[in-house]
Amino acid sequence: MRRRRGASAGRAILLPLILGAVLLAAAFASLAVGARAVPLPDVLDTLGRALSGAPAAPGAPAGGTGDEAVVLSRMPRTVLAVVVGAALGLSGVLMQGVTRNPLADPGILGVNAGAACAVVFGIQFLGLASVGAYLWVAFLGAAAGMVLVYVLAGVASRAQGASGPTPLALALSGAALSAGLYSLMNAALVTHQDTLDRFRFWQLGSVAAREWDTVLPALPFLAAGVLLAFGLARPLDGLAMGDDAARALGQRVGLTRVAAGVAVVLLCGASTAIAGPVGFVGLVVPHALRRFTGPDHRRLLVSTLLAAPALVLVADVLGRVILLPGEIPAGVLTALVGAPVFVALLRRGKGVGV
Amino acid sequence: MRIRPLTLTLAALVPLLVFASVLLGSYVVTVPDLITIVSRHLNGERGIPGASFIVLDTKIPRAVLAAFAGAAFGLSGGTFQTLLRNPLASPDVIGVSSGASAGAVAAIVLFGARGITASLSALVGALLVALLIHSLSRGEGSAGLRLILAGIGVGAALQAVVQFLMSRTDIRTASDVLLWVSGSLNPASGDRITVLFVAMLALVPALALLARPLRVLELGDDAAAGLGVNVSRVRLGLLVVAVALAAFGTAAAGPLAFVAFLALPLARQLDPRAGLLAAALSGAVVVLVADFVGANVAPLLLGGSVLPVGIVTGALGAPFLLWLLVSPAGRTRRKVA
Repeated sequence: MRRRRGASAGRAILLPLILGAVLLAAAFASLAVGARAVPLPDVLDTLGRALSGAPAAPGAPAGGTGDEAVVLSRMPRTVLAVVVGAALGLSGVLMQGVTRNPLADPGILGVNAGAACAVVFGIQFLGLASVGAYLWVAFLGAAAGMVLVYVLAGVASRAQGASGPTPLALALSGAALSAGLYSLMNAALVTHQDTLDRFRFWQLGSVAAREWDTVLPALPFLAAGVLLAFGLARPLDGLAMGDDAARALGQRVGLTRVAAGVAVVLLCGASTAIAGPVGFVGLVVPHALRRFTGPDHRRLLVSTLLAAPALVLVADVLGRVILLPGEIPAGVLTALVGAPVFVALLRRGKGVGV
Repeated sequence: MRIRPLTLTLAALVPLLVFASVLLGSYVVTVPDLITIVSRHLNGERGIPGASFIVLDTKIPRAVLAAFAGAAFGLSGGTFQTLLRNPLASPDVIGVSSGASAGAVAAIVLFGARGITASLSALVGALLVALLIHSLSRGEGSAGLRLILAGIGVGAALQAVVQFLMSRTDIRTASDVLLWVSGSLNPASGDRITVLFVAMLALVPALALLARPLRVLELGDDAAAGLGVNVSRVRLGLLVVAVALAAFGTAAAGPLAFVAFLALPLARQLDPRAGLLAAALSGAVVVLVADFVGANVAPLLLGGSVLPVGIVTGALGAPFLLWLLVSPAGRTRRKVA
């Protein structure tokens, strides 16, 4: 890793360029591929007209050709996949940077369980019935779950004499809290079949079947989270050297931690709220990229911002074609791919600190 | 070996709780009625209409299944925790339960399996996942820790599979699946008990044979090797028996959250030197009490809804796990790896 740090400026630009091209290709694939495939020129055509606000092609039936409608209907889910991927990837970088912990991920740290529990109780007691309505309770639940896991892990680690939450304490308090919340949730689901019927589709983590009006309310939160994340790049570099070294450099360590926590809640909370729990993206992407970018957080953030959306897009596109005419939700595929990577990371045992 | 007072107390408590759960509940049976029903059944006479069926076909099997499953989980968890010297290393944390769930759910959703078929698929799933996690966690360093973390990873992937299968089926099957995954003793049919009973008949003596080397292993691998214990063979044998106990327990009663994890630490709260026998008995006590709470206390709080036993044990177990993590005394006393 250290050896790569001295990479030339050319290589520093090369990686974002490659990732950007991959992201673009994945986005086009997401518009073109599915139960009804659309040729690429038609996709570009539709896209150009949609962006310029021009009317449908002359001679085409009112409302556009069939292909045009298909492409337009795939646009919200494509945008959503990009947004969710970016949010989860960046929050992974932040979580891992702040805790100096390679296992930090919303699936492991109680965010998903908190959001899921909140959604179940929202359906049960507030009578919520649409993804748009789940947004706010899921947001609150995700934030509460993550804060609780960090507090518990912090207390547990301090009891053992460590200064901050150790990776093991985080993974275990996440697992314990998740198990407890899932028990509570199941108590509601076992006794109320209608709640289960609504919830079982949300919990998969999917970017499909979402309309613009579910995506748009979350965007301000995500934008704020992204800006905050990039503002934290320099402080995170300092933090990577240890709290004492960062303080000696004149940084306010506590402020960095709190700001990063706020950014993570904004990013993870909003993306879980609109797409449901999508696991392992925040864990896997920063890890894979760190081998190329080195420890510089600005480079890592930029690359993650491009690579994580591409991963979610690819998962979504693959999920559309594997089980035709059915679909596998993106969250299921990311979990299936992410879990082996998680185990592989542990086997290498680097920096796990256990 | 002298039997400790705690073990004796628990051994007396288990039959008492079995009787209590047969006699009490939404259908109360008096002691004379119970004697009449059982003696008539044993003599092959005609039973009391209705009451005989409820007692013989639902209440007694359910209480017996609760006791056996609790004991199997308690033994399995206690063996893992002692062997890996880590209170968090229990079959539900290590992923055996998630393997069982995935196996059963796949069988229920894809092949419409019910009853004993679902149980057997759970058994196969649990054993396969145990093999997978074992091979994933080979390497240097703390064996317990790698098992735990590999289990968490594999468990997360399997949970995604279970959730996906639940969304691909109709809501009635999804409800059945959720009930199975939550761990329910209802219906406690005879064959569920028979399979578990036969398995325990083979596994418990095997564990008893390995209990003495296990005590020596607690002194550390080097010390045990010095005392003439074949460390790797004993460890493998114990792992196989512990996984099999958890797998058969899960196949019979579903993944009862936290029972395996709770049993030994709970016994050690009362007696720091409690061993596997005490863990088995405290596991049985936990399941019997939790089932009674879920079936009879929960309806009072939830407006008449009955809760499956696994949800009650989960709701009790999670705070205990968190307390174990947070409490400094709890950590040092139990020497977390």
